[in-house]
Parts: sequence; structure tokens; C-alpha cells
Amino acid sequence: MLNMDIHKTLHGSQGKMSLDVKLDILQGEFVVLMGESGSGKTTLLRILAGLEKAKGDVQVEGHSWKDVPTQHRGIGFVFQDYALFENMSVEENLLFVNDDTSLAKELLELTELSGLSSRNVKSLSGGQKQRVSLCRAMMNRPKLLLMDEPLSALDEKMQAILQREIAILHKTFGTTTIMVSHDAASAYALADRVVVMEQGKIIKDGSKDEVLQKSTRISYSLVD
Amino acid sequence: MDFAPFLLSFKLAGLTTLILFTLSLPFAWWLSQTDSKSKPILEAITALPIVLPPSVLGFYILVVLSPHSAVGGFFEDIFGIKLVFSFTGLVVASCFYSLPFMVQPLQNGFESLNKHMLEASYLAGKSKLQTIWHVALPNMKPALITALIITFAHTVGEFGVVLMVGGSIPNETKVASVAIYEMVEVMEYGKAHIYSGLMVAMSFVVLLLVYIFNHKQKKIGIV
Repeated sequence: MLNMDIHKTLHGSQGKMSLDVKLDILQGEFVVLMGESGSGKTTLLRILAGLEKAKGDVQVEGHSWKDVPTQHRGIGFVFQDYALFENMSVEENLLFVNDDTSLAKELLELTELSGLSSRNVKSLSGGQKQRVSLCRAMMNRPKLLLMDEPLSALDEKMQAILQREIAILHKTFGTTTIMVSHDAASAYALADRVVVMEQGKIIKDGSKDEVLQKSTRISYSLVD
Repeated sequence: MDFAPFLLSFKLAGLTTLILFTLSLPFAWWLSQTDSKSKPILEAITALPIVLPPSVLGFYILVVLSPHSAVGGFFEDIFGIKLVFSFTGLVVASCFYSLPFMVQPLQNGFESLNKHMLEASYLAGKSKLQTIWHVALPNMKPALITALIITFAHTVGEFGVVLMVGGSIPNETKVASVAIYEMVEVMEYGKAHIYSGLMVAMSFVVLLLVYIFNHKQKKIGIV
């Protein structure tokens, strides 16, 4: 469904680095992208969203996205810092994307946010904001959902809640999803497939059981 | 008391603010988003009216708008519009000297916005214009109010450029600041006090309202 062959020179903290990623992702697949900070994971998501330019091509269902602007890609994106529209209420944030009140209602019910729909987003907690951000990303019924470390700014309890809600939304809508995460446990809980990047290159790519191992009773780590 | 100069000052300031807002909005947005090498040059040109003596600015505007220049001659020959010693000329001159007071707060406001919030709007399928109108401007109200009010107030208070480009034609170019100057020249201090006192009071009230508004916005988290 999604085929990418991307090349870009990055200027990171360790000097120049070449991002070279060739990856094919199946329809409905949930891929977790892991790797050290600065390995190019976020840049890869931004290139897929059309927010940064790169050489190579991204094809979706056989159609090239080379000349397709961000506005026409129909992507859902969840930012680490939520990036909600602070002048709007929860419901208005969702309806700004797509004026579909029944979908907004369904999403808010699935994420147990119905009671907050008229609240201004500035008054919400971090966890609530990220759940609104997730709902907003689903409002245009995206072909592709990209999430840049959606759990990292949250406490453990809220991480567990959001993780469950991400799984519910993925099951309900079957959206092809790429999520950047540092946390192997949430990667194991959500992923069909785990891709590990280092210095702009893919160094591991396989099912969660191939890439992750149980390191303690409750936590996971990358297979050596 | 003749309050025509005050009304003329407000008419000039209102028109200048409206025109500058329309022209400066896309320019300030571009400045806030671009990495172009020409950005510092354009920023420096925009800021010139802040540091130049009004007489220097007024002199060059007078030269450019004069019917003997290419620009002034073009407008007079083709459209029959006289750009010096006329109200139209005052509006054009005001747009030059008040330019930084509109552009700089807008640019700062755009630059202070969360870049991801603007990107979220693009991802939602919205154009740049829709993003500016529905997302950027409502989230930078203090900068927006500052730009509009300070541009208006600065235009009301301008003296040097106005005198050089417009002179002092009653009901045409004789604005409040010029009227006060003439009253002092003929030693009508009583009238000058009333005009000046009104200017001080109005300027203070306007600035006070801006600061109260911005303080309230900061308190509720819109900065």
C-alpha cells in the first residue's frame, strides 16, 4: 500500500548524516519506528507528511506523492506536543478538519472525551490533549496515520490509557499506522511490525517477536 | 473650537491602518516563514522609518511623490491624482512611516506561534490563507491588537512627515499635530493646551487599553 524510497542529507548533532530509507508497508499494518534520538525517525514521518522535502519517492496505492502537497495527502498526524488549535474547543478542533459531527461524536465517545467536547483545549491535561490530538488526526479518515512519540510526554497511567485508545481506534478504522516510539513495551503492545533505525538507515525490520525480546516480566527491549 | 484637524487625523489614521494591515499581513507572514537571504535586507528597510529623522523621510517621500518625478508624474498624468499637498499624498506617506509599526508586531506574532500548530492545519487540508485566518491570527491576538492600535496611534501622532508632504491646508492636510504647531507659532497657547491635552489623554487611554488587553490575554494563556 505504501512504498517509500527516500534519501535526504541531514545535519544532526553528530554532523552530516544521510537518511536512506526503503520500506514497503501493507494496508492496515501498524508499524512502530524505533531507534536512538537523531536517527531520522521524525524526519521520515515529516517527509511522508510532505512537511519536509527529500529525494526519492513515496507511493500510495501505486500513486506517487512527489507533487502532492501536504493539504491533499489525507494524512492524520499526531505531534508529540499535541499542536492543538488553542483558540478552539475540543469539538471545534475536530470539526475544523472535517465538518462531520457524527464522526467527531463517535471518536470522542471511543476515547471517553464526550464530556469535554465544549471545553477549550487550553484547560485540558496533557493526556486529554493528546487524546484530542489523536481524535483530530482521525477526522479526515486518513489513509495513513503518523504518530511522533505520542506517549512520551505522558505519565505511566496516561500512557496506558492512550495506548489502549490507539489500539481501539486502529481496530475500529483499520488505518495504516506508523508510530515513532522509544518505549519497547508500548511498541510490543501495539505493533504488527517493528522497524529500527540508526544513523538514517534501517538496521532491523521484522515482526515484534523478531525485533523485541522480553527483558523482564513487564518490559521489553530490542533483540541484540 | 474647530475639531476638524482631529477628525482629519482620525480619518488619516483609520485609512492608513486599514491599508497597512491588508498589505503587511502577507508580507509579515512571508518574513516569519522564510529563510531567504533577502530577509535581513527587507527587515532593515522596513525598520528605517523608526530611526530616520521625519524630515529625511518626508524629504524623500516628497521627492518621489512630486509631479516632476516618475511616480508622482505617472499618478497625476494617468489618474489625475495629486500626491503632494493632498490628503491622498498624506495617506501614501503615512503608509511608509507607519510601516514598521504594523509589520514588526505581526511578524513577531507569527514567529511566536507553535510551528506544529500551523502544520496541523495544513495536514487538515487547509490552505495558507485559511491557516492564517482561522489558526494564526486568533492565536496571536495581543500582537494583532498591538499592530493595529500602535499603527493608528503613531499615525495620529506624526508631525514631521505630514508637514513636509501635506503642508497645512484646512480640511485637506491640516491634521491635529500640525494645527498645534501653528497655534504655538501664533502664541495661541490656550488652544494649543486644549489640543495637546486631548492628544495626551487619548494616547494614554489607547495605550492603557492595549496593555490591559495584552495582560488579560497572557493571564488566560493566549500569548
